[in-house]
Amino acid sequence: MLKDLYRTFLEFLRTFGALQLFFLRLIAYSPAVLVRRFGLVVVQVFNAGALSLVIIMTCGFFVGGVLGLQGYSNLAKFNAEDSVGAFAALSLLKELGPVITALLFAGRAGTALASEIGLMRATEQLSAMEMMAVDPLRRVLVPRFLGAVISMPMLTAIFCVLGLLGAHLVAVDMLGVDSGAFWQQMRSSVESSDVWEGIIKSVVFGIAASLFAVWEGYNAIPTAEGVGRATTRTVVITAVSVLVLDFMITAVAI
Amino acid sequence: MQQTRSIEMGTGLFVLLGMGALFFLTTQITGSNDFSGAKTYKVTAEFDNIGSLKIRAPVSISGVTIGRVKSVSFDKEKLKAIVILEIDSQYDQIPDDSDAAILTSGLLGSQYIGLQAGGSLDSLVDGSEIYYVQDAIVIENLISKYLFSQGSKDKED
Repeated sequence: MLKDLYRTFLEFLRTFGALQLFFLRLIAYSPAVLVRRFGLVVVQVFNAGALSLVIIMTCGFFVGGVLGLQGYSNLAKFNAEDSVGAFAALSLLKELGPVITALLFAGRAGTALASEIGLMRATEQLSAMEMMAVDPLRRVLVPRFLGAVISMPMLTAIFCVLGLLGAHLVAVDMLGVDSGAFWQQMRSSVESSDVWEGIIKSVVFGIAASLFAVWEGYNAIPTAEGVGRATTRTVVITAVSVLVLDFMITAVAI
Repeated sequence: MQQTRSIEMGTGLFVLLGMGALFFLTTQITGSNDFSGAKTYKVTAEFDNIGSLKIRAPVSISGVTIGRVKSVSFDKEKLKAIVILEIDSQYDQIPDDSDAAILTSGLLGSQYIGLQAGGSLDSLVDGSEIYYVQDAIVIENLISKYLFSQGSKDKED
């Protein structure tokens, strides 16, 4: 029993180390791929980013609307409903924007990446590439990784802007908060460091989400079941690690 | 070919939207770096107590923000707080006998410096000092004053 535990621990350590090495290799190949195979990266920005736009925009809008409603009903108890703009902007920029975007991104783009790469593995396309002396890491994985990493900050920014729009619509147009007070309170309480905190978070989450997606797909067991399991694991690992990373970055930032 | 074109267009649209959103977030929502690019001049003021005045707190005259608090330090010799104000150069005709008070915006708001124009014909220039100051109001002092005045009133009765 103890021996089993010991073996599991060793296996975990091995996977963890392999993940780090895999990450380093992705980073090492990134500049060359970005310069020489820019077209491949563009296609992946389209797949990961542009195709996620609709879900990100819809969710951002409704999350902002909820912030407007909740913020209004709670702040109105203190006659501070003018601050709903500051409340919505700070929550969106610092926490909800990066985190929810990363979770949606894992569900929309991460699973697509993992299952695509896993299926390539299962149908032996990756082995075929290796036989033709094409490095699948450079041809398949790095462009997908880069495309996802580039997309995340932009998706987060779009999410935040749509969220503010939703909050404005609910608070100002539906509930009657003064539009000038809404913006003025927001501007006086949001500093550029808050915006940067959100951007840094979104970059880190983007790297984490795409790394796990690519890693799980690449190491999928080459069966139908294995690909399915890889897809599931991508979402679970990304969600957990994004929330843990969020706590760590927030703790450092404050 | 048609497909590459549409992918490129979709990507372009996406990146444009993303950049636009980032630009909006960094310029429209934050209101703190109003004076970072403009020319400013520095004025000092000495306070006995600055309350919770923070660096970058607004400096306003008649309610209009004309500058920011540049730095707050403590002078060991004079045993006073030295506040350096950074005022936008376009407001260069503020009388040099104006007084500075540390005020609070709203009931629980943050503290700022309010200037009240004086009557002198000379203006504040870079490096000049504001002599007439009013300290921050510390709520504990107010309460203790009130309590002591109540106590002495009771004795009189």
